[in-house]
Amino acid sequence: MKKYSIIFTLVISMLVFAGCSQTASTNQDVIKIGVNYELSGGVATYGQSSVEGIELAVEQINQAGGINGKKIQLVKYDNKSEPSEATTLATRLMTQDKVVAILGPATSGAFMATIPVANQNKVPVISGSATADNVTVDDKGVKEYAFRICFTDSQQGSAAAKFALENLSTKKAVIIMDSSSDYAKGLAETFTSTFEAGGGTVVAQEAYMAGDTDFNAVLTSIKGKDFDVIFIPGYYNEAGLIIKQARAQGIDVPILGADGFDSPKLAELAGAQALNKVYFTNHYSSVDSSPVVAEFVKAFKAKYNKEPDAFNALGYDLAKFVADALSRAEKIDGESLKKALEATKDFKGVTGTMSVDENHNVVKDIIVIELKDGKQYKTYRVTN
Amino acid sequence: MEQLLQQIVNGISLGSIYALIALGYTMVYGIIKLINFAHCDIYMIGAYVGYVCMAKLGLGFVPSLLVSMLVCTLLGVAIEKIAYKPLRNATRIAALITAIGVSLFLEYTTMFFATANVRTYPPMTGFMAKTFKLGDVVISAQQILIAIITIILMVLLQLIVKKTRIGKAMRAVSLDKDAAELMGINVDSTISFTFALGSALAGAAGILVGVYYNSINPLMGVLPGLKAFVAAVFGGIGIIPGAMLGGYVIGIVEVFVAGLGYSMYRDAVVFAILILILIVRPAGLLGKNTREKV
Repeated sequence: MKKYSIIFTLVISMLVFAGCSQTASTNQDVIKIGVNYELSGGVATYGQSSVEGIELAVEQINQAGGINGKKIQLVKYDNKSEPSEATTLATRLMTQDKVVAILGPATSGAFMATIPVANQNKVPVISGSATADNVTVDDKGVKEYAFRICFTDSQQGSAAAKFALENLSTKKAVIIMDSSSDYAKGLAETFTSTFEAGGGTVVAQEAYMAGDTDFNAVLTSIKGKDFDVIFIPGYYNEAGLIIKQARAQGIDVPILGADGFDSPKLAELAGAQALNKVYFTNHYSSVDSSPVVAEFVKAFKAKYNKEPDAFNALGYDLAKFVADALSRAEKIDGESLKKALEATKDFKGVTGTMSVDENHNVVKDIIVIELKDGKQYKTYRVTN
Repeated sequence: MEQLLQQIVNGISLGSIYALIALGYTMVYGIIKLINFAHCDIYMIGAYVGYVCMAKLGLGFVPSLLVSMLVCTLLGVAIEKIAYKPLRNATRIAALITAIGVSLFLEYTTMFFATANVRTYPPMTGFMAKTFKLGDVVISAQQILIAIITIILMVLLQLIVKKTRIGKAMRAVSLDKDAAELMGINVDSTISFTFALGSALAGAAGILVGVYYNSINPLMGVLPGLKAFVAAVFGGIGIIPGAMLGGYVIGIVEVFVAGLGYSMYRDAVVFAILILILIVRPAGLLGKNTREKV
């Protein structure tokens, strides 16, 4: 069985290669960009959504005449949600397909696995959604050919703290965090430092484990304390239950979260009437009223016949962001593109206006979404 | 003070669930000396049956409760017939390993059909969505429901065990299987009946949890199952009132540990109690020390 599947894979990949080399030899006037995304496997929805956004953007760019007369051609591979596969594909895209840049992967782990290959081949890799802090920069300094267009986890935590202080005018916070994920720990740390630097105090910090369902005891104990906002760094599965149980106990202070809240499951778990005065930071919201977003939502609906989600928006911005840098690059090669990417300033995207900083992160507004009766109701922008 | 009362309310809701599951463990152990690890997965199946009834078929709470108890009863009896009966005279360790096997089988079969995703019950309406305030203490209708249904089921169980012929047979078989058989008691059907009772209670616990927490998944039985087992041992395994007592104690202890700000140590404390009980009073709180005959 295994043997057959290997043979099958070989045949398929030969077909794919055949297809690629053919188009490459016939089309000299194209710019090839690699797409290395999770199209199957554990986080397939992230990859598929991102690619939908990318394809829409590329279609629009090509219809408008391409980049300085040259059309963009995407070379798309599936990394099966595996970091090792992502590395292999990055190598193949750079050495065999000769792409000028690679978009993706979507998750931090897989994206980081492709960075050494990028530095070695001098081809930039750009992710739309890798938010871990150490993706583009670590103790050894900036990773030369790695870029991203999303905020980092710590930018998100501090944006939540700023929102609590400035928009909600709250001063005393309780943090209920998922103790089993680095994501939640990072958010809790930056939230605390920003909140306290801005004159607030964190009255209590409670923890839970992923998979817990009963939060009544913790909520009862914080109920006796004096606080005016709850911050829940964690994912929707537990956050939904915490919100439901908090509201049932009569705790009606604003509840703040991060992009881990962004799922329709949150409303199912918490119940619509519990989701009032609930806010979370995110990349993008389809209820945002700015014209850039409205235009994107319209175009997206026309092509895919559904509401775009955050990954769709990030994918769309990612392709446009790279196209913008390509149009400014001196030559169409990796090194010039890298310089152009570094020089990006005030690029107007659907997920915000972004400028690249010295750590190859983007400086941009973070969107805070307010929920009312379980639905996205209003958005705010927080400048970091 | 209010906080103390509120925590006790929380603890009783949680403890009721543990007590309902612990009863099944303790009855089965009492009668065939088997720790039925598959029991916690019957509880999980109960929650899924309730989900199908309420979310897909649109049944009300009470009919769903009855359906899920019935399905779990049948499942419990079937498991006994297929997996445990052929091993009646095998070593106890063989039966124990089989129980673990059945448990994994149920978990991953459910995962195969229902996927590993968390599922949610439909939103509650009417009485089920209400909350009551006594001073600063908030009690939800669901918490009241859990407490009342648990008490009703426990009273029913006591009546069955103490007042009926089949209950008498159960007690006889658990005391001495061979002697009971000599007295003309049908041991096989008595054991089946015990599994049926225990599984029905687990099914009820499953749907109550579904309604109360609104979140079910195929592995939801594992941790509550272990804690209910601790509750059964705490009260004295094989003793029905012991399981009820144990369930409430474990529930309240867990809530207090979390309420004092040590929610990370909640599970550790529960299992520390197990170790302590096994050292200090191996027969459990209500158990009698029986001397091993040599």
